[in-house]
Amino acid sequence: MSPKISFRDVVKTYPMKNTTFTALGQVSLDIGDREFVAVVGPSGCGKSTLLSMVAGLVEPTSGTVTVDGAPVTGPGPDRGVIFQQYALFPWLTVRGNVEFGLKLAHVPAAERRRRADHAIELVGLADFADALPKTLSGGMKQRCAIARAYAVDPEVLLMDEPFGALDALTRVQLQDQLLDTWTQERRTVLFITHDVDEAVYLAGRVVVMAARPGRIHRVIDVDLPYPRTEEIRLSAEFARIRNDVWTHVYHQSPAGSAA
Amino acid sequence: MSSRARELLSDGTLTEDALASLQRVLLGFALGTLVAVPVGFLMGWYPVARGLLEPYVQFFRTIPPLALIPLVIVLMGIGETPKIFVIFLAAFMSCVVAAFQGVTGVDRTLIDAARVLGASDRTVFLKVVIPASTPFILVGMRIGLGAAWATVVAAEMIGAQKGLGFEMVHAQTYYDVPTIFVGLISIGVIGLVMDRLLLLAERRLTAWQERR
Repeated sequence: MSPKISFRDVVKTYPMKNTTFTALGQVSLDIGDREFVAVVGPSGCGKSTLLSMVAGLVEPTSGTVTVDGAPVTGPGPDRGVIFQQYALFPWLTVRGNVEFGLKLAHVPAAERRRRADHAIELVGLADFADALPKTLSGGMKQRCAIARAYAVDPEVLLMDEPFGALDALTRVQLQDQLLDTWTQERRTVLFITHDVDEAVYLAGRVVVMAARPGRIHRVIDVDLPYPRTEEIRLSAEFARIRNDVWTHVYHQSPAGSAA
Repeated sequence: MSSRARELLSDGTLTEDALASLQRVLLGFALGTLVAVPVGFLMGWYPVARGLLEPYVQFFRTIPPLALIPLVIVLMGIGETPKIFVIFLAAFMSCVVAAFQGVTGVDRTLIDAARVLGASDRTVFLKVVIPASTPFILVGMRIGLGAAWATVVAAEMIGAQKGLGFEMVHAQTYYDVPTIFVGLISIGVIGLVMDRLLLLAERRLTAWQERR
């Protein structure tokens, strides 16, 4: 089966004063259709850059990024992005935010309303549909952002440390909710995080990256069944995989010698 | 002074003067804002426009509009045009910088969020940049209105026949201190009322803002 998302020899450099800074050096990775892949790594390993390239917000310096075999040329509603800073439009209500993408797609008003309400219900914000973002907590804001991405029904969900700014309890709740919806309507998910537990709990495959230059250090399969429960989170197998990922994130061999 | 105020009110001069001044300020201010907002947007959105316009804006901003009065009289005579032009400049200069800063200050992730939902440049501008910079523009308008109102007295020294500034200059030649005070207080009161009105509009239009 051909991959949904494919990175081929992707390099990203930024010009600096006298030199060039290599954010990503030669990354190749395939992500299958409806697969949930998490990317973990130290800061500066280029994991967010990877996601921005799929989103079409950043262009690779060399190499190609393809979605469904076609090179990414810019952003589009087939790839939904969820940002760490929520990025809600503060002048729009929850419903206004969720309808934003639908309006751009010229979805008729009645249908738009129906789909927005469905997405809002999915993330449990039905009681706050007419609230402005400033009245919402961090977790609710991120739920709204998730609903906004779901509403346009993208095939690919790109999540850039979405739960990074939330407290531990809210984070676990949103992780479970995300998995719930993902098992109901499977999409391809690329999930960036610096939280090893989160990566292992959510993903079917964890990509560990290394920094300077940003590259893939190791890819680890998470052989845990879905739906994932608290039982799984506390299981020995989970602990084993987490330790494995942890070791690769925090005890990386120096640049050059990595596989 | 209060008896002088009553006199001026009852014979209608104060109202007439205040209306004349208000008319100039509102016209100059409206024109200034109307031009400043698109120019500020242009400068904020297109680097080329910024490169072309910013040096001039920054340079002319340092010249007080009042200092232009001699030049304006030579070029435009002593009718209504030079007065309104000076007020226009005062309002424009305050507002253009605010609009420009508003656009450049728009949160990058908001623009990205709109783009990934399929927004074109045009849509990003209309649906994200304009609403996001509205608070800045309204602040610019308040400052611009203050500047316009402050300029009116001096502008009315250019051979006006009516207006609060004119009345005060006129009173000065007769050592008529009460009239000068009536003029000053009227200017203060009207300025305050206009500012409150704009503040009210600002509160309504930007109620979505998270205030600290």
